[in-house]
This record gives sequence, C-alpha cells and structure tokens, in this order.
Amino acid sequence: MSEPVLSLRAVAKSYGAAHALDRVDVELHRHEVLAVIGDSGAGKSTLVGVMSGNQRPDAGEIVVDGRAVTLTSPAVARSHGIASVFQDLALAPNLDVVENLFLGAELTRGRLLDEVSMEKQAWELLGQLAVRVPSVRVPVGALSAAQRQGVAIARSLLGDPKVIVLDEPTASLGIRQTAEFLTLVERLRSRGLGVVVTSHSLVDVHAVADRILVLRLGRVNGEFDASVATQEELLAAVTGVEAHGPGAARGGGAR
Amino acid sequence: MSTTSPGIWQRVRAGELRVLPVVGLLVLVWLVFQVINPVFLSSDNLVNLTQQSAVTGVIALGVVVLLHVGQLDLSIGAVSGLAAAVTAVTSVHWGWSQGVAVLLALGVGLAVGLVYGFVHTRLGVPGFVFTLAGLLLVTGLQLRVLGPTGSINLPFESPLVHLSQRAFLAPAVSWTLVGLVASGYCAARLVERARRIRADLPAQSLGALAARCGALVALLAVAVAYLGTNRGVGVAFAVFVGLVAVVDFALRRTRWGRSVRAVGGDADAARKAGVPVRRVFLSAFVLSSTMAAFGGVLATGRLAAANQGTGDVELVLTAIAAAVIGGTSLFGGRGSAWSALLGVLVVQSVSTGVLLAGGDFAMRLVVTGLVFSVAIWLDAVARRARRG
Repeated sequence: MSEPVLSLRAVAKSYGAAHALDRVDVELHRHEVLAVIGDSGAGKSTLVGVMSGNQRPDAGEIVVDGRAVTLTSPAVARSHGIASVFQDLALAPNLDVVENLFLGAELTRGRLLDEVSMEKQAWELLGQLAVRVPSVRVPVGALSAAQRQGVAIARSLLGDPKVIVLDEPTASLGIRQTAEFLTLVERLRSRGLGVVVTSHSLVDVHAVADRILVLRLGRVNGEFDASVATQEELLAAVTGVEAHGPGAARGGGAR
Repeated sequence: MSTTSPGIWQRVRAGELRVLPVVGLLVLVWLVFQVINPVFLSSDNLVNLTQQSAVTGVIALGVVVLLHVGQLDLSIGAVSGLAAAVTAVTSVHWGWSQGVAVLLALGVGLAVGLVYGFVHTRLGVPGFVFTLAGLLLVTGLQLRVLGPTGSINLPFESPLVHLSQRAFLAPAVSWTLVGLVASGYCAARLVERARRIRADLPAQSLGALAARCGALVALLAVAVAYLGTNRGVGVAFAVFVGLVAVVDFALRRTRWGRSVRAVGGDADAARKAGVPVRRVFLSAFVLSSTMAAFGGVLATGRLAAANQGTGDVELVLTAIAAAVIGGTSLFGGRGSAWSALLGVLVVQSVSTGVLLAGGDFAMRLVVTGLVFSVAIWLDAVARRARRG
C-alpha cells in the first residue's frame, strides 16, 4: 500500500486519571474513507481533537506525509493540510455564507476585503459539492442543518487540504440529508482526499467507509475492512465482546 | 446561479437592517417634538443638537465596537472623566501644550483598554463585571488627578475649547467635503458593480445605484444647507461623523472588522476557523476605552473645564442607550457604526425636546429610559426571530 498521508503513532491523552486515548495507532491514505466508531466516551472526540489540532496529545507522534508535526491549533493543522469539520460546525450564525467560508482566510485586494472574488469562489465551491443554498449572502443562522453542514465542509476544502476530518457529521441530519451527505463524502474521496468520519451510527459509516476503526475505552478495539465486516462484528467490537469474524483485520488493538 | 435574497421586511425583522427603523424613529421623535414646540426643528436648535451629540456620540461609537464582540464596558464614563482630568491638569497646571496633553489623555484610555483586554482574554470574565471594578479604580484616579479643588478651568481662548465649542466648518469646506464624499462613494459603487458584472455575479441595476447615490447626495446637501442657514456644521460634530465613517469602513471592509463580527457571533467558532480571538477582544477593548478618552477630551473643551462630574453615570448610560437604540445588538455580532450617530441623535433629540416641551430632568430620564426599553425589547424580539 502507498505511504499513509496521515498517521498517528501511540497517541495518548488523559484527563486526570481517565485515559481518553491510550496509545492509539491510526493510518489514513489518500482516496480513502476511514470511519471511527465507538460508544460514548470511547475516545472519538479526543481522537478528532488531536487530529484537528484542537487538543494536544500527552504522548505519541503525528506524521503527515512522512514528516512528524506538532499540531498546536486548528490553524496549524490546516497549514499541514488537515482540515476539520467539528460537530458544532464552528460557523458564526450572524455571518453570511461567503463570510463564513473565508473566515480566518479572507481574500484581500490591497488591504481591503475582496468580496467579489470571495463570492465567485463561494459559488464555484458550493457548485462542485452540489450544496444548494438560497443565496450566498444569507446569514448562516437562517440555513437548514444540512445546508450549514455543506457550508462547513466546503469551508474545510478551501486551501486544498490532504485530509478532512468530519466529527459526528450525521448526528443532526435527517434520513434524506444523511444520504446526501454520504454522496458528498464519496465526492471528497474521488477528489483524492483522505477522509476521517466519526459516528456512533454503524449503518451510516458502513455505507461509505473503506475501513472502520473501532475505539473502546480509549483503545483500538478492532480494525475492519468495511466491504466484508458484518454489523454483528462491529457491534461486538464496540461493546467489547470479542469476535473474530472474516472481516477482522486485527483485534484487540494488538499488531 | 440563484439570485433570490430575503425581502427587506424579513431582514428588518431579523435585525439585519436595524438602521432603517431607527431612521423612522428619529423622524417620528422630531415630528412629535416639532408639533409640541416649533422651535425644535429650527436650524439654531439643530446646530446645538449636533454639537451636543459629539461627546456622547464618540463614546457611543466605542460602545458599538465593544458590543460587536458581545462585551460591555461600564467604566467608559470614568475613563472619559480621567482623560478630561489629565488633559486639564497637564495643560493648565503643568503648562504642557494642549496637543501633547490630549495625546497623553488618549494614551491613558488606550492603557486602560489594554488592561481590560488582558483581564478578559486571560481570565474569561465578562466585561461588565470587571469594568465595574475598573469604574471605581478609574474614578478614584480621576479625583486624585483633579486634586483638592475638584475642578480645573481651561482658558476660554485655548485651541481645544475653541475647536469643540465655537469652531464651525466654513461653507466652502462643508460643500467640498460633501462633494468628495458623494463622488467617492458613487465611484466606489460603480467600480464594485463593474467588477461584479465581469465576475458574472448578480449586480445592482444602474437605476438602483443612481437612486442610492442620489439619496446620499440629497441627505448630505439638505443637512449642510439647513445647518448652514445658522452657524453651520460644527467641527466637533464633523470629526465625530468622520470617525463613524472610518469605523464603519473598518468593520465592513477589513479582515479586522470581519473578525470582530465573527467573534461577536460565536467566539469559539471564530477560534476554530483561525481567527486570532484574543487579539480581536483586545483591540475592541482598546478602541472602546480610547474613544471614551477622546469623548472626555471633547467634553473638556465643550465645558472649558474638567471636574468631578465629567463622565458621570448618566453619560455612560446614555452612551450605551444610544448604541442600542441605534440598532447595535446587546447580544454581539450585529450592528453598525452608524447606529452610534443615529442613536445619539435620538437620545439627544429626546433630551432637548423634553426640555423644550417644558419637561424637567426627571421627565427626560423617564422618556430616555422608555425609548431604551423599547430598543432592548426590539433587539430581543429580533434575536428570537432569527432563531426561528
């Protein structure tokens, strides 16, 4: 297999005595969708936090394209090519679509904002992702949950990232919106991105993921090939019942 | 490519176009007071009104900036009082030139804002809490600087007194400024329209653009012509309006302004998007305090004195009321620099109007309080409408 675009090696993070992440290894390649599943408190959010630069790991190494990096903030992570879409989407409700898309990375002409170029690129980007909004000049607070998520994902694509991390993207979506979201993820993969998706819904991730990583109590409790893994195997890994079916590439977090 | 945008009425209701109803309110207030006392809309009274607006207006402009990031500074009156005291002591007692004295006073305001900014970003305490402590501290400093007499008079002929009391723009200067502003605005609009058309984006029709330009020209021309039948446009008021225009431009057209609005909308989201949130808070506190200090300097010139009453609680409350009445939201992220101008005109009109109608100080407070309450109510309703 090709060299991974992003790898986490023996990453650990504790809150007091609680091990949120206990020596977790993750590898992600281009053109790949990796789903991270697990129960509440399994460490999904912490893992996403570490990848996105929102949280600093206590130990371990993060390697992007073969180079070890230190991700001190979401902005630093983005400069290394890792863009994140947080569960809360991190959009300012009072700003319009264009303003949110370019927030923190506005285009300027001279020292002033270049609204014309930003608006044009906004339409192009939303068009590529087939995200439909009534106008790019409405405040994001007035959009539907799915539209807001489309805007957040479109924003993460600005600056041509190599990796995109989506935290619980389907949590606030209805059934039809979830289906639309899953096609959107496929579009991201076909653009050559490595995509990480966390979810507590086995069905959603099964539909779109290439590989599925199961976290349990801060450890990797199994890694599965999505095309062969069964719901029962995944459920067993999530809940902690040992199961080694045909889909299990490895279990128990051991190499 | 879709070009539909929400209707004007919806945008007004959701608080996107708060300036429009405020203009309506101002017209209503003027008509009511004109009916009660025909002196109200006389050019003499309006010139007084504009001159009286400058001090509160400059301070309200600082409030507008700080409200944009969702914070309130209750010590702005004390800071303006301290700045007034510093200006008076250094120029009268120490014999400094007034220019240097004013710069020092502004520096004092800037320093207070830096301290507030650090306190807010390091401790995460809401502004209205620690600025109460600041209010006590700064008021104490103001009294100490003023010394035992508690009042210092400025010479009536000094430049500061002249500029803030009796200096008016010559008609030629006024009209040149009107011409420059109008042509600059219209040219910028035309250039923007041409760029949008070239980029294949929906653009304003030439007719609509001409209407906007015409409205601006008419507004400026009527104001300058009518004030010109009396003493004209006061320098202090012109400086205030100029500051409003600069702040408006910075808020709408620069990355700083965008960051300010984003932080006020959702500070955590802004941080995740890569906005330097701490620096934005710091800049807003510094601007607000410095504007308050500048307001204090203007007040010193207007009264030709600095005393213990400069920058009292009433000034703080009217400045905050003006910002909110003018349409800047108490909840952060929404508003306009122009709300400082419109709001202060409403507040000042009410206080002059009540006096001209034979009311007293108590009556003035009651009416201002009522208008303020209505503005707060509208702000809250608009917020709920947005949340749907």
